[in-house]
Amino acid sequence: MNSIVLQAATRFLITLLLLFAVFLLIRGHNEPGGGFIAGLVVASAIALYALTCGMSAARTLMPLDPTILLGTGLAVALVSAVPGIIESGAPLDGVWGEVPLPGDRGVKLGSPLLFDLGVFFTVVGSAVTVLLSLSEEA
Amino acid sequence: MTALLVAPFAVPMIAAVLAMLGHRSVKLQRILGVAGALGLLVTGIALLIAIERHGPQATQLSGWDAPFGITIVADLLSAIMVVISGMVATASAVYSAATVDARRTAFGYYPLTNFLLAGVAGAFLTGDLFNLYVWFEVMLIASFVLLALGGERPQLEGAVKYVAINLVASTMFLAAAGLIYGLTGTLNFADLAQRLPEAEPTGLVTAIAMLLLVAFGVKAAAFPLFFWLPASYHTPPADVAILFSGLLTKVGVYALLRTFTLLFDHDPGLIQPLFLWISSTTMVIGVLGALAQAEFRRVLSFHIVSQVGYMLLGIGLLTPLALAGAIFYIAHHMLAKTALFLVAGAVEGTRGSRALAQQGGLFERRPRLAMVFAIAALSLAGIPPLSGFVAKFVLVRAGLEAEAYLVVAAVLAVSLLTIVSMVKLWNEAFWKPAPEAEEGEGPTGAPAPAATSVGTATATSAGGGRWRLAAQLAPGAALALGGIALGIGAGPALDLSMRAAEQLLEPTAYLEAVLGEPA
Amino acid sequence: MEAMLPLVVGVLYAAGFYLVLRPTLGQLIVGLALLTNATNLLIFTAAGLSRDGAPLIAADSETVSGAVADPVPQALVLTAIVIGFGVLAFFIALAYRVYRTMDSDALNDLNSTDRLDIGGLDAGGEA
Repeated sequence: MNSIVLQAATRFLITLLLLFAVFLLIRGHNEPGGGFIAGLVVASAIALYALTCGMSAARTLMPLDPTILLGTGLAVALVSAVPGIIESGAPLDGVWGEVPLPGDRGVKLGSPLLFDLGVFFTVVGSAVTVLLSLSEEA
Repeated sequence: MTALLVAPFAVPMIAAVLAMLGHRSVKLQRILGVAGALGLLVTGIALLIAIERHGPQATQLSGWDAPFGITIVADLLSAIMVVISGMVATASAVYSAATVDARRTAFGYYPLTNFLLAGVAGAFLTGDLFNLYVWFEVMLIASFVLLALGGERPQLEGAVKYVAINLVASTMFLAAAGLIYGLTGTLNFADLAQRLPEAEPTGLVTAIAMLLLVAFGVKAAAFPLFFWLPASYHTPPADVAILFSGLLTKVGVYALLRTFTLLFDHDPGLIQPLFLWISSTTMVIGVLGALAQAEFRRVLSFHIVSQVGYMLLGIGLLTPLALAGAIFYIAHHMLAKTALFLVAGAVEGTRGSRALAQQGGLFERRPRLAMVFAIAALSLAGIPPLSGFVAKFVLVRAGLEAEAYLVVAAVLAVSLLTIVSMVKLWNEAFWKPAPEAEEGEGPTGAPAPAATSVGTATATSAGGGRWRLAAQLAPGAALALGGIALGIGAGPALDLSMRAAEQLLEPTAYLEAVLGEPA
Repeated sequence: MEAMLPLVVGVLYAAGFYLVLRPTLGQLIVGLALLTNATNLLIFTAAGLSRDGAPLIAADSETVSGAVADPVPQALVLTAIVIGFGVLAFFIALAYRVYRTMDSDALNDLNSTDRLDIGGLDAGGEA
């Protein structure tokens, strides 16, 4: 699309959208957010870029083929079921560990976050696949 | 035990993910396609042996105790269904490995079939109503994409109808799940079995039962909800139809069996006559529709509808013998119908046209294919000593014991019409001489303005050589032999079905496995 | 609120079913979207409406204190939304493909695979 306003805004908005997606991903456990909506925000960033500069340019935004991204996301989600099996015998059980940070604090990471990461990649992969199939001529 | 319960759906899922990651290599994908199906079969057999020895087993996902968490539970019925699905899946995977072209493989055919198998196995093994919905959707979405893969116009038409009707059914299922949760506060099958009989108001429970009947009835292709099946099963390439025919409707029948024996046995005066009517009309209308069709796969699609009527008869009669007959019938039907669809795929590949009037003379040119068709067709029609005879005999006996004479008359009449239809197929495709216009063309040069998928099948069967033809034939032969084995070994198989039926009607062992020993 | 939401659900279902039965592809899609939304709202309403706190346990206690909202219907609705999104996205792509192949969005034209071929049409009448 040949709109100067859109092109100028897109450069700014895409960075913002991608950062917001990461924020939503990490925020999603105790507050609204999560892997699914973060993936959709990334997909909307890619859609915005596609609207502005064309689909082939938007393809370059993605470092990985969407199908590989889909597969990776699902693989990560499947892997996140394993810590539960190791710890307590129940697959997909929540296992939390503390990662120490300098300054006598720590951040708690758990297998639900890993699962959410898998969901994130899956949603990005599938949404971009749908976008690609809708935008190109049959 | 947890590993054994989770494996039937975990193994195809892992195979699907690996196939997605390696989606550039056609050979790896084919290997993974067969591996996923074989994994399902092997884990299913292991599970069946374990359940047979120890009774129903359960495990909780994520460590949350029942009834708060998601329960994975297997009783005899689930294990039997997983094993037979594994057989059907392996046969279909071998056939697909021989016939699916590189284009569809690149679009993700094998990950999708593996996801379908994971969804089917998950649906059989879950003990939670909403988890059932999730596995249903996994299976449905995989089937949607498989149906439309390739993008030919007939496929798109069939896919639109299939997707739309199944979407509406899914929303009804979801609505029923939400209402059940609002009514009883739980979604776990075992817990619901204890809480639903006391739930007030009973009118709402019946309404939810009817919602689930509609939702699962659409999936199982019962009357009057079956119209998506003849509209869509004959449109995709043969390998997709083979997988669908043996699996998808049976998941709906299983869901009906599970919910109406475990959850909704509070009003037999309403539900049993309803099921008897539904099964009789499904049987009759299915076979009448089959007689009217003039294409191999369309006839078989209507036969699926008709046979589903037989399976639902078991729920209508609700005696142990009737349920055992229904379970045996499901097993027999999955084997026979998949074998018939395999034959249909091979037959379509030889002539380049799907109309029965264009087929002919295959008895001389492909005698082994004719043999497989004969065995599978006779089994479906109910000729002794094949499995279909035993299944129909048990159902008739159960009907007579329950004094449902009208239904038994319908069963026998429909069997007669099924024989007529099978004989017609045999005549058209195998016995009559090939039409003159196609003489001298041979299987490769057939003029094919038809869907290019058919043309592709002819190309592979000509260019691939002997092993491809064998790979097309072998799964059908194996399933036909399975049907013979099921018929001759009907004693032990029927015993197993009786035990499964008794577990369905008397779910104490199931409840104990899920909820723990009663206090 | 408790009286209004079921009314809204009913209106959404009615509109959804009406649109699903219309002869245009676009109306079918919108109808299906309305149906999925109505069902999500139904789950949410049927599980009980309350103005309670978020179902999170404080860092130093073992159980929730005070009235908290039920987390299960929230999980149900979230899952249903995700699944509905996936299916609808696929259906829209499929509908677009159908539209490009057939150059019209009339659903009644999608009947070339339903015709009985009596008389032995070649290629099963699909051409």
